[in-house]
Amino acid sequence: MSRLLKLNIFRYNPEDELSMPHMQEFVLEETDSMTLFIALNRIREEQDPSLQFDFCCRAGICGSCGMVINGRPGLACHTKTRDLPGEITLLPLPVFKLVGDLSVDTGTWFREMYTKTESWIHTNKIFDPTALEERMDNKDAVAIYELERCVECGCCIAACGTARLREDFLGAAALNRVARFLIDPRDERTDRDYYEIIGNDMGIFGCMGLLACEDVCPKHLPLQNQLGFLRRKMGITSIKRLFRK
Amino acid sequence: MQTVYTDFLVVGAGLAGERAAVEAAEAGFSVVCLSLVPARRSHSSAAQGGMQASLGNSVMGEGDCPDVHFADTVKGSDWGCDQEVARLFADTAPIEMRRLAHWGVPWNRVVPGKSIYYKGGKQYEKVEAEEKEGLIMARSFGGTAKWRTCYTSDGTGHAVMCTMDNRCAEKGVEVHDKTEAIALLQDGETCFGVVARCLRTGELRVYLSKATMIAAGGFGRIYPNTTNAVICDGGAHTMCVGTGVVPMGNMEAVQFHPTGIVPTDILVTEGCRGDGGTLLDVDEKRFMHIYEPEKAELASRDVVSRWMTHHMREGHGVKSPYGEHLWLDIRHLGAEHITGKLREVYEICTSFLGVDPIHQLIPVRPTHHYSMGGVRTNKDGAAYGLKGLFAAGEAACWDMHGFNRLGGNSLAETVVAGGIIGRKVAEYLEGCETEFKTGLINDEVGRQQARIEALISGANGSENVYKVRAAMQEALHKGANIFRTQEGLEKCVAELQEALIRAKKVGLRSNGKGVNPELAAALKLEGQVKLALMIAYGALMRTESRGSHNREDFPARNDRDWLTRTLAYWKKPEDTLPTLEYEPATTVVEIPPGDRGYGHSQIISADDKKE
Ligand SMILES: Cc1cc2nc3c(=O)[nH]c(=O)nc-3n(C[C@H](O)[C@H](O)[C@H](O)COP(=O)(O)OP(=O)(O)OC[C@H]3O[C@@H](n4cnc5c(N)ncnc54)[C@H](O)[C@@H]3O)c2cc1C
Ligand code: SF4
Ligand code: SF4
Ligand code: FES
Repeated sequence: MSRLLKLNIFRYNPEDELSMPHMQEFVLEETDSMTLFIALNRIREEQDPSLQFDFCCRAGICGSCGMVINGRPGLACHTKTRDLPGEITLLPLPVFKLVGDLSVDTGTWFREMYTKTESWIHTNKIFDPTALEERMDNKDAVAIYELERCVECGCCIAACGTARLREDFLGAAALNRVARFLIDPRDERTDRDYYEIIGNDMGIFGCMGLLACEDVCPKHLPLQNQLGFLRRKMGITSIKRLFRK
Repeated sequence: MQTVYTDFLVVGAGLAGERAAVEAAEAGFSVVCLSLVPARRSHSSAAQGGMQASLGNSVMGEGDCPDVHFADTVKGSDWGCDQEVARLFADTAPIEMRRLAHWGVPWNRVVPGKSIYYKGGKQYEKVEAEEKEGLIMARSFGGTAKWRTCYTSDGTGHAVMCTMDNRCAEKGVEVHDKTEAIALLQDGETCFGVVARCLRTGELRVYLSKATMIAAGGFGRIYPNTTNAVICDGGAHTMCVGTGVVPMGNMEAVQFHPTGIVPTDILVTEGCRGDGGTLLDVDEKRFMHIYEPEKAELASRDVVSRWMTHHMREGHGVKSPYGEHLWLDIRHLGAEHITGKLREVYEICTSFLGVDPIHQLIPVRPTHHYSMGGVRTNKDGAAYGLKGLFAAGEAACWDMHGFNRLGGNSLAETVVAGGIIGRKVAEYLEGCETEFKTGLINDEVGRQQARIEALISGANGSENVYKVRAAMQEALHKGANIFRTQEGLEKCVAELQEALIRAKKVGLRSNGKGVNPELAAALKLEGQVKLALMIAYGALMRTESRGSHNREDFPARNDRDWLTRTLAYWKKPEDTLPTLEYEPATTVVEIPPGDRGYGHSQIISADDKKE
């Protein structure tokens, strides 16, 4: 006999003047290999077609389906119901703007992040279509990819105490992005250039180092190492700046 | 109502859309991309395996060049492609891969010296050349003569998508995510933008542009079992079908991928077989080499999927509560390889199956994967039927894939086509003056508002959108799958026609306020059923087997009668079947039709034509 799951889901449609934020209970029979992706779609198709949530790849690779699952930010498509108790509480990710029910606006947040961190290669070299590609050590390539694996799900931001307190805090995903360019030999920015972006309380010095971010990252990015690396680097840069003045 | 003006409007912010956007932005034009999701969540980012370009850096790629890549592509297409386009593609791909490296893609690079690799379960040794150190590395993929697939671990799509989106941010390309285009603005001759629905508020918005591009990816979700993301639903295609003048090319060409995992149909990359993984049956025995002695697991996807299905029909499948399947074995590749170069595969297996591929077999079966068909364009990417309308990427039938596309050729197509067509769009914009006809715009917006109101009020009926959608998916699954017959296709067409009648009578059960996902599904349903009919009816009429289109009652590839591309129109909204027309598959012939070297070889030659 399979379990009956009880799902308590946050409901609010800001576009409906009659809607008030509340929790709504749905009951669903658990099936084999059920994930929250399957469960939520079944609820939408069979019980409440207005239920809003975000899924895209349903395979843990696009980062769409971040939500707070029994108190912890995570990817819903990745979460099997058999790993959860019979009562499941789902809330939208905090920090990001609510679109409705479990759906939040991560797109705008991350797009602003790209602008703040200037998330692109800075180089004066011009591409020559007739030349061979520039060589790169495979070790560098692998190290860069390791940091580029972030899927921008927003879980680390949602779990971060500092991000919840200060709206302008860049957050682990952004600091990780900076680290990605910092180790890229193609990027010609100097430590001092990076210091302008993250050498302050909105950046690396605002981080309290409690590492909730790394705990929840579904891609297991080495966020802790990056934060430490940047803190050391920026610490040194800030001392150098003092002496130069 | 908000109106947004731009020079170039791109429906879709995947790799094809963003690559074209960068090209036009660099030429000085304003560009807006629309997307259902933040750009980086586009399906391009799900591609794990890699992109083909004949750089020839790896020792196993030695001697590779655009000519060989071209020949593989034409054979892969089973001579269904436009050879002029395939040539353009093969010649440009190496430049685009290098450009991506310049923009920031962390391609895996050549490490000189000895290393081992696997083929058909056996171990071999190779030695990479000193002088190639640090150049872009490649891996093996199905249907290719050389190792040609450039990759970043198994997150190629993700890494390239990040770089492309960064480039867009740098160049000031605007991406309006959570925005869904629902209708083209056009007067039967020229396209000048779209009506879109905001997926943050549910409001309608008008986008006016001198050039518009459909780069909305595939539409696999009209099948029930697919590797495609839930946003690959053909919504943008339905806009084109709705015009009556823009044809879809080769809709019957639907690719099934050999290794979707059971039961969720999530893809594990072809890189698994490329890197030496093998397919096993219920007795844990290899079988592909029996059917394809030469290429075995590395024949093209249409061929491997077909033999797998055949082998299961012969009683060698593994029984499971989700139907029969086969096994994929990558255990011999070892823990380091699996958690390194195949890490996504490792994560998919452990998180979604509870299977550890280092020690256990992976349950797989062929599943819907790719749409070779799409908005028919010429070699400049201009859509047939409307001026100012372009298409690129999986959404388009630019037609370098013909009736089967090779692994690694689609992701490469997105950036190659995006670049080439983006430049053509920029040329078009140079000399372009457009008048936006306000009457027409108001009419179209009014029409969309009326549709929405009718759905909310249930004015047309009370059919359940999800049930009708399921009926459509089931009909395609049963009738227009890997193996096709006249009987099955006739039944499929009849069931889809029934679904079409029901689709016109959908009414919402919810109030339709705000973003409302039920409304979004309902708005595209009728168009989706029309796309499905284009597939099924096109397949019924095509009495031959070519690439992924396999008619059991017509097993030969018939070059005498079918060296053609199907063009499917929906001429009048009240029609119950598409109108099919045909054009030559290619006007330039560099390689005359011949044997592919794998798969079936029954061919009715074009020379048999009676004068
Ligand atoms: C699981 C998987 C793995 C793959 N692996 C490989 C591989 O290894 N190598 C390879 O060559 N190919 C691979 N492919 C195929 C390849 O990934 C796709 O064909 C390719 O990425 C398509 O890119 P695109 O730019 O055309 O569309 P997409 O990347 O799908 O982007 C489509 C865009 O259109 C938007 N959109 C859609 N409809 C609308 C609308 N109505 N309004 C507004 N916006 C809309 C979407 O939001 C999205 O931004 C794979 C495919 C799958 C499914
Ligand atoms: S370690 Fe820093 S970034 Fe991570 S959660 Fe804590 S405060 Fe936030
Ligand atoms: S760093 Fe991890 S948790 Fe944060 S957005 Fe990226 S993938 Fe998500
Ligand atoms: S839907 Fe893509 S990560 Fe969950």
